[in-house]
Amino acid sequence: MSHKIIVPIGPYHPLQEEPEFFQLYCEGEKVVDIDIIIGYNHRGIEQLSEGKHYDQVAFLVERICGICSSSHPYAFVLAVEDLFGGEQKVVPERALYIRTIVDELQRIHSHLLWLGLAGHFIGYNTVWMWAWKYREPVLDMFEMTTGNRNSYAMFKIGGVRRDLKEEDGPILKKMLDEFVPALDLFRGAVMDDPVIQARLKGVGILTRQQAIDWCVVGPTARASGINIDVRRDEPYGVYNRVDWNVVVEKEGDIFAKTVARILEMYESVRIIRQCLDKIPKGEIDAQLRDVPVGEGIGRVEAPRGECFHYIKSDGTNRPVRHKIRAPSFMNVASNKVGAVGGSISDATITLAAVDPCYCCTERVAVINKADNQKVMNGWDLIKLSQEKTERLKKELKA
Amino acid sequence: MEISDKIKKRFNGRIFDWQENSNRRAYFSVKKEDIFEVAGYMFKDLGLRFSTASCTDLREGLEILYHFSNDPKGEFYSIRVMIEDKKNPQIDSLAPIFPGAEWIEREIWEMLGVKFINHPNLKRLLLADDWPQGEYPLRKKEN
Repeated sequence: MSHKIIVPIGPYHPLQEEPEFFQLYCEGEKVVDIDIIIGYNHRGIEQLSEGKHYDQVAFLVERICGICSSSHPYAFVLAVEDLFGGEQKVVPERALYIRTIVDELQRIHSHLLWLGLAGHFIGYNTVWMWAWKYREPVLDMFEMTTGNRNSYAMFKIGGVRRDLKEEDGPILKKMLDEFVPALDLFRGAVMDDPVIQARLKGVGILTRQQAIDWCVVGPTARASGINIDVRRDEPYGVYNRVDWNVVVEKEGDIFAKTVARILEMYESVRIIRQCLDKIPKGEIDAQLRDVPVGEGIGRVEAPRGECFHYIKSDGTNRPVRHKIRAPSFMNVASNKVGAVGGSISDATITLAAVDPCYCCTERVAVINKADNQKVMNGWDLIKLSQEKTERLKKELKA
Repeated sequence: MEISDKIKKRFNGRIFDWQENSNRRAYFSVKKEDIFEVAGYMFKDLGLRFSTASCTDLREGLEILYHFSNDPKGEFYSIRVMIEDKKNPQIDSLAPIFPGAEWIEREIWEMLGVKFINHPNLKRLLLADDWPQGEYPLRKKEN
């Protein structure tokens, strides 16, 4: 007898930043199909953008996401600078370095946030507490470089809005030095822990071919053995002038995704250190005026993958069309293959978007199938359970 | 750009308005009847990654750009397709070739009203269930 049960997850209490609604179709414990319903957070930003002038749009797109809030403005200014001939040609050197530093700090803070929440949702609250504790100094570094802990308002077309102070460099380096031992702690806690390995290895596998077919990006793709990274493939900022590696894992399971993110944080620290060493003195803004007619595309490797912005300009001060594609748009859709075939309990971490209190808040009643009459209610079940505990206690004593 | 010649040779005469904005960006147009074949060639034979599609409401019609990324070289190819019939816009779906196109086609369908033929699951993605039928938020109003 096959019997499908729908297990709803969401739209409230999701792990990630947006409300999402997953309907799991289950046979017993096994997930056989999944319906992903999004749109609870749709604010019409593409439409809003067409009514604002270019300088305002940078602030608007910063508000798309509170976690990767430098990726969207960065991709947007890259798209507009593509119309001017490309970022590398028009933006002053110093601004490129500052952009790279902000982009990498953001990657560290975003990966730590994910790691903490992932730990929380597999019931490993120690990782959660640690990750969020060590994320605090990263936010302090943001405050020092940009003036804000979130929504940094650093990016403008042709440069950055705020210069890095000379005396901040050594302090940032010192804070990075203090951060690395914490990172070692995570690497040990996750990569050497048999419990986490047992929980995450072989779970929610996205094979290489599936990753290609679903066009996934970022750490999700790199954990499935696809060697892509916009920072290396189409260098922006100063990524082609510093020494760093793209982290690629082969297994495609959740453990590989976790490892990829942890190792990426080391690379981010390396990049920021080199930027702080090499940053030249000079202007931070090219004062670009009058956006030319044409089409521009900007791509940035956000913490979750390639963030894509497309601008069509008719020479006025407002874009005719502004298309935004966030990395999660591709990655969330691939849950269709990641979660199907696994068990419900694995779906929580595979989707990374579930409130574990769901099952315990559901009340249970046992019903006699023949006549639909209740034979036991919740209290009866508790009584049964207490009786069983007593029985076990007696057996243990005997 | 490296694979430009391959594409031009393979679809000789069916590709027009080839335009290279820089050494990393190429835009070219095809007829809407050819998109399924061209996109299939780009994805399956050339192994490019489908990044996304964008649709714009222009005076001449609805313009869809399919963006493909050649990651090892950092190049970006955008295929331009114009759908003149704004009253009943239709085009072949790419989702049968690669499922990664499913969501973006659903989005374009609800935002601009383009019907994707052979799409496996053409239903609303972002708009609310009570949004009026036949109202497309990203269409421009002619006055």
